[in-house]
This record gives sequence, C-alpha cells and structure tokens, in this order.
Amino acid sequence: MFTQLLAEHFVHTALWAGAVAAVVTGTIGVFVVTRGMSFAVHAISELGFTGATGALVIGIDPVLGIFGGSLLVGLVLGLLSLRGRERDSAIGAVLAFGLGLGYLFFSLYQAYANQALNLLFGNILGVSDTQLRNLAIVGAVVLLGLALLYRPLFFSSVDPEIAAARGVPLRSLSVAIFLLLALTTAEAIQVVGVLLVLALVITPAAAAQRLTGRPTLALLLSVAIALVSTEGGILLSLVKPWPPSFFITTISFAFYVTARCYDWSRGRQSRLISSPPRRTWAVR
Amino acid sequence: MSVVAVDDLALRFGERTLFEELGFELEPGELLAVLGPNGTGKTSLLRILLGLLRPTAGSVVVEGCPPQERCHRIGYVPQQRVFDRDVVLRGRDLVRLGLDGHRWGFGRFRHEDRARVDASLAEVGATAYADAPVGRLSGGEQQRLRVAQALVADPVLILADEPLLSLDLAHQRGVVDLLDARRQSAGTPVVFVTHDVNPVLHAVDRVLYLAPGRWAIGTPAEVLTSATLSRLYGTDVDVLNVRGRVVVVGTPDDQHVHHVENGH
Repeated sequence: MFTQLLAEHFVHTALWAGAVAAVVTGTIGVFVVTRGMSFAVHAISELGFTGATGALVIGIDPVLGIFGGSLLVGLVLGLLSLRGRERDSAIGAVLAFGLGLGYLFFSLYQAYANQALNLLFGNILGVSDTQLRNLAIVGAVVLLGLALLYRPLFFSSVDPEIAAARGVPLRSLSVAIFLLLALTTAEAIQVVGVLLVLALVITPAAAAQRLTGRPTLALLLSVAIALVSTEGGILLSLVKPWPPSFFITTISFAFYVTARCYDWSRGRQSRLISSPPRRTWAVR
Repeated sequence: MSVVAVDDLALRFGERTLFEELGFELEPGELLAVLGPNGTGKTSLLRILLGLLRPTAGSVVVEGCPPQERCHRIGYVPQQRVFDRDVVLRGRDLVRLGLDGHRWGFGRFRHEDRARVDASLAEVGATAYADAPVGRLSGGEQQRLRVAQALVADPVLILADEPLLSLDLAHQRGVVDLLDARRQSAGTPVVFVTHDVNPVLHAVDRVLYLAPGRWAIGTPAEVLTSATLSRLYGTDVDVLNVRGRVVVVGTPDDQHVHHVENGH
C-alpha cells in the first residue's frame, strides 16, 4: 500500500511542495523569531484567510484575496514598524477584527465551506502541478530577497540601534521583511493552509534558536527541521490516513520540545559543573 | 587639521531650543566629555554627528564630509542595553556586524575579516567569551564587545552615549581605558556623553557642558567651576572637589544632583 502510494504522481507533487515550503518558511522563520514577529505571522496568515473568503463572496479568484489580505496587513505592520507591547496590541486588534470578518464571509457562502476549510488546515496531497510551479517561483523570489538583504536584515534584527547608527535603513527593511513574509504566507496558505504556515514559520526557527548560538547554523537547522517535519508528515499520512497537517505540526512540535529540553539540561549541567563565581562589587 | 568641525549649530524642537550657536573642533586623539542634565540635547548632538538627525541650523563636518553622506566610518558605543537571553548571536558575530553588517548580500567568508574581528576581540580582552551567546554574558562583558564592535572598522571618530550606565566600577574603568588606549594609539577622537564625569575625568581633554539653552566648552578646570556652571544655569551652583571627585551641587535639575551624589 505504502510503496504503491509512493509511486503516485500526487505524492511526488506533495513532497516537492512540502520541500519548497519548508526551505522558504524555515529560512524566513529565523528572522521572524529573532525580530519577535511570531504574532504578526498569525495576523498575516489569518488575514489571508479573510481575504480569500472575501474574494469568494464577491466572486473573484480567492488567490487574489489571499495575496491582497496578506500583503495589505504585511505592508501596514511593516510601515508602522512598532515594537514590543504596542505592536502586540495593534496586531491583536487587527487579528480579531479580521477573523470576525472572515467568519462572516464564511457563513455567507457556506457553499465554499470545503474550500475555506482547506485554506485553514491545508490540503498538501491535493496540490496541482500549477500550484507547485507558482509556489516554487514565489519561493525563489523570497529566498533571493532574503539573500540580498541578509546582512543588514540580520543587523537590524539583533542590534537595531547600532545598525541605524551605521546607516542601515531600519524602516525600509521592516517593510521588506513584512512583505516577503506576506508573500511567503500567501503562497504557502494555498498549499499547506494557515495552520501549517504557522507551524513551519515559527516552530522550526524557535527550536533551532534553542540549539545553537551560531546564526548560520541556526538557519541551517531551522530549514532542516522544517524539511524533516513536512516530508516526514506527508510520508506518515500515507501510512496512516490522518491529515498530513496533523503529522507535520506534531513532528515540528516534537522538535521544539526536544530542543527546549536540550537547552534546559545544558544550562543545568553548566550550572552544576561550574557555577560561575559571584561577581564581587568593586570597593567604593 | 581637525577631525570634526561643528559650526554655529542649533537644534530646536518646536518652541524649545536645546542649543544654538554651538561650535567646536576636535583634534586627532582628543577626548571630549559631553555633560549636562537630561533633556539638554546630549544624545541629539551625537545623533547629529552620526548623520541621523538634521540640525535646525549650522553645519557639521567629519573629515571634510557631512556625516549623513557616510564617507567615513564612525564608531558608536551605546548605552548598555541587555541583549535578549536567547538571541542567536555570539560575541564574534556582534563584532563582525560592526565590520560589514551594513553591506548587502550574505557576505563571503574572508580570512582577513576574521583576523580583524579576532584582533578587535583581543584588543578589548574578550577572546575568552567570543564564542558564547551574547545574551548569556554579563553587562560588562557585553559592553566590552560593544567597544570592539565600534573599533573593528577603524573609525575616524568614536561616539559613546552613556556607555558606563549600570556598569560596576571595575567595568566602568575597563571601558574608559579601552577608549583612552585607542585614541592614544590611533589618534581617533572620542566624544563621550555622560551624566557623571568622574569615571572619565582622568582621560578628558575638554568638557562640553550643555545646560538648558546654554553651553560652555573648555578644559575641566575651566568649565567645572562654580562660576561657569552658575552662569550656565543662571543660579548659584557649587562645584566641589571631594577626594578627587567632582561633585556639582545646586543645579535646578534634582535628578542630576541625585545622579552625581550616587554616581559611584
């Protein structure tokens, strides 16, 4: 049964789509986690869902709606380039409103319930050749953009004050990363759904961050975890006919928990073995 | 030949004038301490020198070029701001960003860049913890890395904005000595913003004192006197020398008095 399925064209397409999505989301995820944009990923992907249902209501291509919703929210959040609590509350407010709107559209056109459900939870085994091609194109654009912006983007993510002093344009980079994220999200939603976008952008990068202090190694680990999660999840769903999205989120979550445990035990060990000398205050 | 020339500089926010007709030049190797209470434009002056803020009037030239054109590298040491504990960044990565973090692209690995980063780390004595995540280092260790980050690109000018804040006495001394050594060996002038002059007093050539709406510049012996500060504040201010420390008493700014009294 399993080997028969492995020969099927739709399985190959799914595996390729999963691989492309994993490489792109695993890469951009590192920036998302470093900049503390996890909540913004929620807003962008869920507003993409709102855009799609809205497009269905007014009778246009839902793909346009997804791109419209994601890019609009990405642009606004990028331009505001808010930090900390202010950003959290702004995103929370937009997110709640967008979801309410999405639910209204959804209830107005029950006929599309299945399509909407796929947008939320993904249908990676149903990816068409055209969708795979589009995913690959958008993925290439995003990766190219990230490669081009890598150093200043990294600089402004970890050390914004000095980056600004060195002439790095913080606001333009903020807009750029949000737009790249919106582009990734909008394309990935069609393939893997809102749920998986969240699982693939945030979880692998968050796990990688716990495993290493080296920026480039963290990037590679994040991509590797995303790849193993998607490909593993798709393969498992061939063995046991549960939704692949469930397996993918479960595997990536397992990585995250393991990474946290590893980090915790490492910290514990170093505390036990060599408790650092107490800093003595200089005599005044 | 002066490195920095500030001429007839004025900064106003709406009705409020932070300073006007401000002018001074910095010679190679000179250390200028910028003192004064909060809200008098000390940090704004640094932002103007960095090319991040446009003055209302006047001109600034760094090595013959306005700072916003970025012809020259300016090293910047900020206030100590503790890094997020989990940030994926080692000490050497932080220093490396000071070298080429502003350039486009991914960046190729080059041995000469690595050697420069290593040399900078060694210069500030941070080699031992260069490969540790910065979020897990102490404030003093992070601030040493900050100095290395500012020095690695061979700046023509070093600007430091309250770099000693929340450091203990030993680490304050360490940071001041590093900047002092650099300006002596490489002739790089240093502008050092601080609310407490005492940790830098032994290294300071000149003091720029910014009081609300007025300013004075000169050697510490000229500026840090009861007469000069009383004139700047327009009220009786006493400058006392207590066991080699300068203590300013009677400024209208309570917080400032508080800082100086507690500024160990």
